[in-house]
Amino acid sequence: MPVRIQAKDFDAGAEIAALRRDNRKVGAVASFIGVCRDANDGTAVTKMTLEHYPGMTEKALERIVSEAKRRWNVMDVLVVHRVGELKPTDQIVLVVVTGAHRGEAFAACEFIMDYLKTRAPFWKKEETPQGTRWVEARSSDDEAAQRWEPPKSSAA
Amino acid sequence: MKVRILYLASLREQLGKSGEDFEIPPATSTVAGLRTLLMARGGAWQTALAQGRALRVAVNQEMAQSTTPVNPGDEIAFFPPVTGG
Repeated sequence: MPVRIQAKDFDAGAEIAALRRDNRKVGAVASFIGVCRDANDGTAVTKMTLEHYPGMTEKALERIVSEAKRRWNVMDVLVVHRVGELKPTDQIVLVVVTGAHRGEAFAACEFIMDYLKTRAPFWKKEETPQGTRWVEARSSDDEAAQRWEPPKSSAA
Repeated sequence: MKVRILYLASLREQLGKSGEDFEIPPATSTVAGLRTLLMARGGAWQTALAQGRALRVAVNQEMAQSTTPVNPGDEIAFFPPVTGG
């Protein structure tokens, strides 16, 4: 399965090794790890809880991976996203893309993260010294995802 | 007709409910119609589901629009914009 949602931590090195499987065609491995920060919007964050929509979240991630594979010539993709309680310095998400060349692997990895941030049903709730709050969606994330939209065909 | 409704994340907390089986009158055939019915409960329902609130809806785990039809047995989820990653 290229997509996993789990409460437990992940070992990026082991995940990358498993994805490469000594495939001699792989010339590039691009990876991204999202990590829990100790502050957000100027407020200290002591803990965060990640929630998802079981069933839909997996489908949404699988669709994003399929779309990445359709757009770029990459070999294997892995997405691991944690849910439950996390604290600052904890890993949240891992994306790994293997391919023959770095350009396509980098692009596919960034695309997957941009689409994950705006299309996969996950929600973060933060604990701060002022109490708990749900994280609000950012317009900068929408803008990052929009970069990947195909250019609008202009009417003749 | 009966549908299953889910309320996720902050919406679940605002409504004090994670989900319910809901009997929809035959006249209601879209996501927008269902939202109007739920808002008519007043109070938190009125505010949390109000037009203009950033709200997403999925029907059978696929992102939906206000015009998306609802059918018997559907799973309809209401939730805020996503914030994972």
